[in-house]
Amino acid sequence: MLTLVGADRPGIVAGVTQAIFAAGGSLGEASMIRLGGNFAIMLMAAVDGGEVRLREALAPVVARLDLRLHIDLAAGGLHQHLTPNVQVRVTGADRAGIVAEITGALAAVGFNILELDTDVAGDPNRPLYLMNIQGFSDRPIEELEAAVAPIRASGIAVDITAVETLIG
Amino acid sequence: MAVLEILTLPDERLRQVSAPVTTFDDQLRAFIADLEETRLAGPAAVGIAAPQVNVFQRIVIVDVSGRKNTPNHGYRVLINPEIAHWEGFEMAREGCLSVPDYTGNVIRATRIRLTANDPWGQPLEFEMEGYEARAVQHEMDHLDGTLFVDRVVSRRTDLFRRKVYQRAGQDPGQKAGQAAGSA
Repeated sequence: MLTLVGADRPGIVAGVTQAIFAAGGSLGEASMIRLGGNFAIMLMAAVDGGEVRLREALAPVVARLDLRLHIDLAAGGLHQHLTPNVQVRVTGADRAGIVAEITGALAAVGFNILELDTDVAGDPNRPLYLMNIQGFSDRPIEELEAAVAPIRASGIAVDITAVETLIG
Repeated sequence: MAVLEILTLPDERLRQVSAPVTTFDDQLRAFIADLEETRLAGPAAVGIAAPQVNVFQRIVIVDVSGRKNTPNHGYRVLINPEIAHWEGFEMAREGCLSVPDYTGNVIRATRIRLTANDPWGQPLEFEMEGYEARAVQHEMDHLDGTLFVDRVVSRRTDLFRRKVYQRAGQDPGQKAGQAAGSA
């Protein structure tokens, strides 16, 4: 598992992936996004020679684009997908602690977060905080609702819906 | 009756456009029985289209009657289906027998009016909504060589967030316009 972060500019993905390809590596699942002015890459890769070979191969592009590189040895592979069955949408006046409170309440009932993104929108003087979570829970929705009820009472809108996957 | 082999991506055959059915005979109805048996043999699919089993004719089957609280028309064979009218849009997660081990969010119309023929060639007309409308749109895409992976949208789109803006009691008009543009 590689994590690469650097100031956003065109060519980061191309540079990183070309270096891995040239080293005979192959890519697995990846998630990449611009956050603030940075571009962040999380990437599964397999390379003969492992971490040493990977660092060698990436050294030129890391230096050229001024990236920070972190490598974790990770078990991975295809077909380890967990399909989300619950979606949680949160909006409220921006204040410290929203994410900690919501995720804490959900974790307490065994909710497994698979994906989470947040944003701040609205008037700069009255910022609106938005969070989308997709995750997996084997508990009834009512139990999740009960877990977040105290947070809702504090004025944060929390919408919990079952996500059903249509197979066709 | 037989369970047929399902084509899976990246099989290029799934990309072809299927031809209209012109002969409504016993052979067609025997194929439909096999197609339904194939649908039921797999993982809980609410629909199947003929191209998924290497038959490039405009035939789909949908049946969402097993889902709770879902308006539906039961088990339906739709031959030469055409959507005459659609409205509304909504994002939801889909998977496909032809794309194992992958699911993604897709935007579909929430209400459709549909014409088709039944297995004897008789004309059909339906108004469908929600889950059933989504299933029909997913299956009809196969007839034109389109798969849901061609329609998967980012989970971080404006469109995804539009409902949240509405819930927050703000004017969704401007956001809706932007979202439609980006979709």
